[in-house]
This record gives sequence, structure tokens and C-alpha cells, in this order.
Amino acid sequence: MEDFYLAYQSLIAFVGINALLALSVYATLSCGQLSLANAGFMAIGAYTGALITLHAPQVPFGLVLFISAILPSIIAVPLGLPVLRLRGVFLAIATIGFGEVVRLAFVNWDFTNGALGLVAIPQRTQPWILWLMVAVVIFVLARLRGSRTGYALEAIREDETAARTMGIETTRYKMAMLALGAAIAGLAGALEAHFTFIVSPAGYGFGRVVDMLVQAVVGGTAMLFGPVLGAAFLTLLPEILREIGARIGLAPGPFRLFLNGVILLVVILYLPEGIISLPQRLRRRKKAA
Amino acid sequence: MLTLTNVLRTFGGVKAVDDATFTVEKGEVHGLIGPNGAGKTTLLNLISGLMPPTSGSIALEGKRVDRLPPQKIAALGISRTYQNIRLFAGLSAVDNVVVGQHLRRQSPFLPRLLLLPKARLEEQAARKAAFDGLARVGLRERALTPASSLSYGEQRRVEIARALAAGPKLLLLDEPTAGMNPPEAAEVARLVREVAREGRSVLLVEHNVRLVMELCDRITVLNFGKVIARGTPAEIGKDPAVIAAYLGDGA
Amino acid sequence: MGQQILNGIFVGSIYALFAVGYTLVFGVLDILNLAHQAVFMLSAFVALALVENAHLSIWLALPLAIIAGGLMGIVLERLAFRPLRGRAGSNISGLISSLAMATVFEAIALQLFGPDTSRFPQGTFPDRMIQFGSASASLLQVCIAGISVAMMAVLTFLLAKTRLGRSIRAVAESPRAARILGIDVDKVIMLSFFLSSALAGAAGVLFGLAFNSISQDVGRSVELKGLAVIILGGMGSVPGAVIAGFAIGLVEVFTVAYIGSSYRDAVSFAVLFVVLVARPSGLLGQVAVREA
Repeated sequence: MEDFYLAYQSLIAFVGINALLALSVYATLSCGQLSLANAGFMAIGAYTGALITLHAPQVPFGLVLFISAILPSIIAVPLGLPVLRLRGVFLAIATIGFGEVVRLAFVNWDFTNGALGLVAIPQRTQPWILWLMVAVVIFVLARLRGSRTGYALEAIREDETAARTMGIETTRYKMAMLALGAAIAGLAGALEAHFTFIVSPAGYGFGRVVDMLVQAVVGGTAMLFGPVLGAAFLTLLPEILREIGARIGLAPGPFRLFLNGVILLVVILYLPEGIISLPQRLRRRKKAA
Repeated sequence: MLTLTNVLRTFGGVKAVDDATFTVEKGEVHGLIGPNGAGKTTLLNLISGLMPPTSGSIALEGKRVDRLPPQKIAALGISRTYQNIRLFAGLSAVDNVVVGQHLRRQSPFLPRLLLLPKARLEEQAARKAAFDGLARVGLRERALTPASSLSYGEQRRVEIARALAAGPKLLLLDEPTAGMNPPEAAEVARLVREVAREGRSVLLVEHNVRLVMELCDRITVLNFGKVIARGTPAEIGKDPAVIAAYLGDGA
Repeated sequence: MGQQILNGIFVGSIYALFAVGYTLVFGVLDILNLAHQAVFMLSAFVALALVENAHLSIWLALPLAIIAGGLMGIVLERLAFRPLRGRAGSNISGLISSLAMATVFEAIALQLFGPDTSRFPQGTFPDRMIQFGSASASLLQVCIAGISVAMMAVLTFLLAKTRLGRSIRAVAESPRAARILGIDVDKVIMLSFFLSSALAGAAGVLFGLAFNSISQDVGRSVELKGLAVIILGGMGSVPGAVIAGFAIGLVEVFTVAYIGSSYRDAVSFAVLFVVLVARPSGLLGQVAVREA
């Protein structure tokens, strides 16, 4: 019974961490920017947090988390200045490049133990801390809606040029959301590092940021709850598939991967606004019938 | 209020706007007419800052605005609508107007985070003002409709409400009655008159020449990017250059 | 020095071949096809299976694998891209649906070939060295470079001189205008995908032969490098991709030789970044890169 709880506690924690990451991607998507830099910001937060804890263990965890969130958001500014001018897919590619540069930097840096990463990080992340952070982030993002800022972000997403002619300082807002997303990602990185005991550059590559994006989009970005739902769905799905696969006697790897791909394809083709749009769609279908 | 001096704008070798000089007075309804491709929309784009003039100057209340980015120009008091209608399609009509209030709203972030009533009151006031703005263009009942579901004429009216929401000193209207039936167009004309009486200036680009003649205090006529005539409707109606350019049809 | 140049040309030719297909689809659909690398990978496996299990000669397996790659491209287009046509925000959706297909392809590769790294059996390719003055290259390397260049030349000819090529360029410029001109846009897009993926397949087989290692994640690292290449070359520009591919191949080889191998990958991204910041349209790109 204890083992069961322990195994699932770990899974639930990953849902929480992935929820934060999906929300960090949502932050920039909400103003129409596809930024794929968050794996890099996550890495910065993870390493920062781990290094502080390992070299200065007396620093309270709250402060560690704070610094792990602030540092990436500060770094986001010089990144954003040249990069936010770029259109759609070019912004995405530039930010992918940034993420890779960060990862490679950590791989090649002796201070952070290069490709081996850092180990034996004390497990300071408790479930309550994690879910408190998720609640805080959702709260902050929710408070944006309905505010002058929230409306400005939506306007920028819909039509940036028209937004400018209404006096909206679009670059400033995009930068703010990039920094906010970076902070959330950094926070998630530090939380994860203090949960899984290790920090390794391999965990912050292109695949990671793609996971975040997929979770945000599959969940749906019209409501804040969407990315959280997406994170839950896509974190738990492989586990569920693994159970099913094991029962049917299929080799776990390929089957899970295959189904992952198929489900993702089905969702993006038939539920483009994400899983949260499902009740609305069904309602519309019923009305039409 | 608005002064254009020798404004030139070229694209490649083509002079879209060629040595344009005219003024718009405070509280004036100023018409800008000319055949298709005369450079009217380009002129509006120059004034609102979407592109800089190749040379020449544009001044608002004496202050140069021609090299400023669009958001700074908007902050100085210029709002506009678009020939192709650029509403925020995914937002409702009222939300579009709320966006238009951006320059007038406060941004009390700390009170928002702390859930202080000040924040909610501000938000409610903004929405109420937006509903009122829609009522002014006769669309209060359509407030919650997604902008993309509105009729063409309704969309144009929402755009006007959105532009007015910032309380501009100068309102640029790019073919606001295009696609409207006569009663709707007359309503827009009435609104423009009212807006001007409030002390705002209106620069009105229109193809409906009759409307322009009835509504405007003065008119500037463009053809091939050049100003070919300036004056009152009566003067313009008699100007041979204007008549030659296009006044022959649909007047 | 001469040796480095040879090595650079050889590596660069594979990058260029990969990037050319990548940029072709982008030019036509304005979409980044994240399954390109999966076709690259799966085609290598197809060639491997043909050589190992069907005992075909590599000279037969290569064209067959290329065709297989092209067919994968058609499947991709029908399943992942066509349903999204005309949708708003189709850029992100296209990214994700191509990603989904990449995952599916990877799963297929995993199922059919297992997780371990495979290699072409000994004797697949004659083992011979050729001298170029003070530098030497294996016959394999020379053939790879030669085949890459030949395929890129064929594509360039196709785009410039044939009716299909003109149609592709028209659709890339404006699908709506192309339709008005009577071009069957759907067919053109399908054929673009066929060509693009066939080239990816070729690149995959050649890569597998060159580095003698084939596995599911072989595509990932090349994909990111491919991004640097198409950005440097200019999105949508096939000649740009060719030049940039060779350029990056050479720069990489020289970086490893004179600075250190740990900087090899960093160089591509440094290039990517500098280009996007300083000259976003790249060497020969035409696509609008800044916000309107």
C-alpha cells in the first residue's frame, strides 16, 4: 500500500511540475508568441536552485525558489530584445536555438559537472510546496484577465499592428510575458531538481520544450485550467498506456510511443482548441442536432 | 490640430503620396476623397504611424509625429478605423471596445493581486463604459457577440466605438460606411457630427461623395498621390480638376 | 587543411541534402515539418532492412529507400498537414501534428528494429581510399558527396526549368494566386512533400552509411542543425540551403579541428542566433521575417 502511494505520489508531483511548465508556455502563447525557450529557462532555474542548495544549504528553500525564478526572467530580457521582433516561426526557431545554447553551455561547463550534471540534491520539494506554487501561478495569471494588461495581451495575440494603433506598447508586454514564462519555467526547474535529486543537461533539450508546448496546446489555451489539464493528461497517459500494454503483453516502448503520437494527432486535428473545449463542442453538437 | 507639410511616400519608384500639404482644424470634419489608388489609405497609415513618410512632416497640435511609433501617436490622441476592418475577431464586440480604452485605463496590478475592490471597480467601470460606447453606435444588444459573427456594417460601427473609446483628439475613419445601407450610413454621419461637436477632429476617407459633401466642413481631394484641390464642399463641387478626376460618377 | 576542407564538404553535403527538403516544404506551406527528421531516420532503416534482410545491393536499396521516403512524405501530407489547411493558427498546429507523426514513425522504427543502434553490414560498400593531393577520402565519402550534389542539382533543375517546378514556386509565392492560374494546388503540395521527403530519405541513408550508426534518435540532432542551415540559407530558398549546408559543414569541421570538439554543436546555434538577430532573412531568403 505504501509502495502504491509512493509510486503515485511521484507521478502526481510530475503532473504538478509539468503543469507549471505548460503554464509557462501559455504565458507567451497568450500574447500570440510561440517561444520555445522555456527548457533553457528551466535548466537555468534548476541548476541555480541545485547549486545554491548544494553549496549553501542554509539558504531557506523559499529563497532558493525565488532566486531560481528571478534569474531566468532577468536573462529573458536580453534574449527578448532582439528576438521578439521576429515573426511567428522565426521567433520559435530563435528560441529553440537559445534553449540548445543553454543546454550545451551546461554540458560544457565544469562547474556544473558537464554532461553528468549534479546529483544528490536533497529532496526539499514537498507536494504541498509544489501545489502551492501551481496555485500561486494560476492565481497570478488569472488576475491578469479582465485587467488592462489582460486585454492588451489578447489584442496583441489577435492583431498586433491594430493593437499598437490603440496605444498598446506591444514589445513591452511581449517582453513581460517572456520574462514571466521564464520565471515560471525556472521555478519548475528548481522544484523538479529538488524532487528528483538530479539535474542533468539531457533533461532540458528540445524534446522537453516540445513536451511543454504539446501539453499546453492539447489541454487548451483558452482557459487557464487547460494547460494544467493537458499536463495531467499527457503525464498520466504514458503510465496508463504502459499498464494497458503490459496487460495485453505488448512491448511497452513502441506501443506507448505509437499511441502517444496517434492521440496527439487526433487531438490536434479534431480538438484544436484542446481538451477543455470538449464540453463546449459537445454542447454545440447537441444544439445543432 | 493636424498639419501635413510636403509629405512624400514612395514605394520602390512609385509615389503613393506626393507632396501632400493640408491641415485639419480642431472640431472639424475633414473629408479626404479621391479615386481608387489615390493614396488616401496610405495617408492614413502615415498619420497613424504604421509607416514613416519618405520625407515631409506631420504635426499634431504643433508637435512632430511623423517618426513616432504607432503606439506613441495613439497616446498623443490619434485613433483610427481600417478600410479592411481590423477588429479582434476572437473577442466579443464589447471586449473589442474595452481594448480601445487601453490608454484611458489604470493598471493597478498590486490591488489586482491583492484582490482589492479597487481593481474590480476599475474593471466594472471599464466594461460599463464599453457598453455605453456600443450603445452610442447602436449596438448595445450585440455586445457579447463574437466580432467575427457581426455583419459588415455592425463590425464597422464596433470599430468606430473602439476608436472612440480612447477619447481621441483626432479620429481617422477609413471608409466607415462601405457596405452599409443608407439608413446605417446616415447614422454614422450623425455620429461623426456629434463627435465633432465634442471638440474632436475627424479625418474622413470616403467613397460616398454625397455623404462627404453633406457632412464635411472642408475637403481635400487626392489623385495619384497629389492634392489636387482643397476647400469647402461648395468649392470642391465646382473645381474643374476635381470634376475631371472623378466627380462625374456617383456624385 | 585540405583534409579538413574535404571532410567539411562531405559532412556539409549531407546537411545540405537534409536542409533542402526542409526548406522546400517551408517555402510552399509556410510550415516547419518536424517529421522531416523522422523520415530521414526511417528511410535509413528501410535501406538497412533491404540490405540486411532482402540482401539487396546498396545501389538498389538506396533508390528504393528514397522512394519509400517520398511515400512517407505523402502519408505525412495527407494525415498531418492537409486537414489543417485553411485553419487559423495552423502554424502551431502544423508543428504539433508533424511532431505527432514523427512520434508515430519513431514508434514504428522502434517496433521493427529495436532500440539498439544498428549499422550496415560489413561489405555494404567497397572499402577504398582515394587521394586528393595531400588529403584523402574514402570512396564512400566521395560517393555520398557526389550523390548529394547530384540530387540537389536535379532538384534545382526541376524547380527552375520544369512546369512542376514553376507550379511549386507559384504556390510558394501565393497559393491563392496559383489556384486562380489553374494550378492544382493540392497536387503540387503533395508532390512537394514527396520530393522533400525523398531527399530526407536520401540524406538518411547516406548519413547511415557515412557514420555507420542508425537509431531512432539519429534524426533529432540533425534536425536542429538543419534549422541552423535553413535559417542561414534563408527560409524557402533551396540554393540558400545548399550553400548554407556546406558552409555549416565546413565551419563545424574547422571548429572541431582548431577549437575543440565540444564546441561543434554550439557553432551551429551561434550561427543560427547571429543570423536571426543580424540578418533574419538569411543569405538568400525572401520570406518576411519581421513583424508586419
